[in-house]
Amino acid sequence: MAEALDALLKQPSEWLRGVGPVSDIVMSSRIRLARNLDKFPFATRATKATQAEVLKLVRETLGQTVTLKRSLFLEMGSLSEVDRQFLVERHLVSREHIVHPDHKGVAIGEGEVVSVMVNEEDHLRIQVMQSGLNLRDAWALIDGLDDELSEQLPYAYSSDWGYLTCCPTNTGTGMRASVMAHLPSLVLTKQINKVLHTITKLGLTARGLYGEGTEASGNFFQISNQVSLGRSEEEILENLDRILKEVIHQEQAARESLMTGNRTQLEDRIWRAYGILKHAKTMSSSEALDLLSAVRLGVDLGLMNGLTRKAVNELFIFSQPAHLQKLEGKTLTAKERDTKRAYLIRDRLGGQANV
Amino acid sequence: MLCEVCKQTQATVHLTEIVNDQMTELHLCEVCANQKGTQVESHFGLADLLSGLSDYGKAQEPEEISTKACPSCGMTYDDFRKVGRLGCGECYTTFKRSLGSLLKRIHGSPLHLGKSPLRLLKAAKGSKVELLELKRKLERAIDDEAFEEAARLRDQVRRLEQQEQAKPKPKSS
Repeated sequence: MAEALDALLKQPSEWLRGVGPVSDIVMSSRIRLARNLDKFPFATRATKATQAEVLKLVRETLGQTVTLKRSLFLEMGSLSEVDRQFLVERHLVSREHIVHPDHKGVAIGEGEVVSVMVNEEDHLRIQVMQSGLNLRDAWALIDGLDDELSEQLPYAYSSDWGYLTCCPTNTGTGMRASVMAHLPSLVLTKQINKVLHTITKLGLTARGLYGEGTEASGNFFQISNQVSLGRSEEEILENLDRILKEVIHQEQAARESLMTGNRTQLEDRIWRAYGILKHAKTMSSSEALDLLSAVRLGVDLGLMNGLTRKAVNELFIFSQPAHLQKLEGKTLTAKERDTKRAYLIRDRLGGQANV
Repeated sequence: MLCEVCKQTQATVHLTEIVNDQMTELHLCEVCANQKGTQVESHFGLADLLSGLSDYGKAQEPEEISTKACPSCGMTYDDFRKVGRLGCGECYTTFKRSLGSLLKRIHGSPLHLGKSPLRLLKAAKGSKVELLELKRKLERAIDDEAFEEAARLRDQVRRLEQQEQAKPKPKSS
C-alpha cells in the first residue's frame, strides 16, 4: 500500500500539467456524481456490516469496468494519517472521507483523472478531473463510467426525482461540476466580491481551494453549480461554462488594465514574491500559497522566462503538509515543515528558472 | 377580480413571485390572505401555497408525519430535520410529500431531467420509466427548439400513453 502511494508521489497528477483551454486562469475542471445503492442504508443509518458489504460490492464492480480495470484501490482504514491527508491534498478524496476512515475506500485511475470514493456521504462519489477549462471531456469520461456502473449496480433512483442522495441538495443528477479558477487580478483590483456575488445569483457557488467550508487561499476559487435537480446534466454544464467564460473575461480585462496602468507595481509585486520564494529559509503554508499565486500570475503574463506553469502548479500541491512529510519520509512538526517547505521551493525554483 | 381561494369576495391582495424567470401571481381577499399569510411567512413558498390551493382545508399536514418512521431504515422526518441527511432511498417514498416541496424549494423544480441508469432503461421497454424518459427528451427538444425531433417524440409519447391505458392493471392479471 505504501509503495503504491510513493508511486503517486513521484508522478504528479495529470490535471496539474497546466494545459488545456484557458489554463492561464483555470487550473482544473472537475465533475462528481453522487450515487447510492438501492436497498442499502445511506451513511447516516449504515452499520459496519452494510458498509463492508457496499465496499466489497462496489470495489468488485469498479474492477470490472474498462475505465478502472487497472486502478489502485485503497482502504482508508489501513492508511496512516499522513497518507490519508496526502490523498486530500491531491483532491482524490474529500476531507470528510478521512474523518472516520473505517469501511471507506477510494479507487484511483491512471494519472488520477478518475477516482471513486466508496462510502463517503453517498455510497459512490465518482470524480473526473481535467486540466484547464474542460468540462466537456470531463463529462464524456464520467458519463461513460457511470453508464458502465449503472448496468451492474442497482442504483437508488426514482423516475421523478432522479438519483436519490443522502443530502437533498444533491438529489436529481447527483452532479456537482466545479472549476478551479485563479483570479488574482480580480482580487487585486477589488472586484472579486462583486463577481462572486453575481455568481451566486446565477445559481452557482464559490468555495476555497479544498471545497466546502474552506477559505479561498492563493486566490483560487472553486466555482460550481448549486442546483442538481430540474435540469439535464448538459444544461447545468453549459450554464457553468457560460458564466465561467464571463468571469475569465473579467479576470483577463483586469490583468490587461494592471499591465497597462500599473505595470511597474505589478511586476514589482511578482518579482518580490519570487525573490522571497527563492531565498526564504522558512515559510508557512499560507505565505507559500500567496507568493506562489503572484508568481503564477507572472508566468501567465509571460514575465518569467524559463519557469513553467506546470512547475508552479505542482508547488501549490507539493508544498502542502502531507506532501512535505511524504517527500521527507517521516512525520514533521509544523516548524520542521516550514523549513522543508522553504527548501523544496528554493530547490525547485532554482532548478527550473535561470533568471 | 374575485379571490382565488374563497371565490366570493373581491381580491384586494395581489402577490407576485418570480422563480427562474417564471412569474406566478396570486389574487386573494384580505381574509384569505391573512389566513394564508402566516404560512407564506413561515416555511412555505408561494409555489407550495399555490399547489396546496386545490385541496385547501385538508392540506394541513398531519402531526404524525414528523414521527412516522421509514419502514426500511427507521428514520423519522424529525430526525431528518435535525441532521439534514436522509437514511436510505426508501425515505424518499416515506416522506414524499414533505420532501417534494423541500426539493422544489432547493432546486426550483421537482422533476429530474437528467440521465437514467442503463439497467433501468434496458428493463423498461414500453413501461412508465420509458414514458418519463421520452417526456424528458421531449421537454429538452422543445427547449432546444428542435421541433421536428419534438414532434417525433410527442407521437411516441402518445402511442405509449395509449398502450399504458389499454393495459390491464397488474393487480387484476
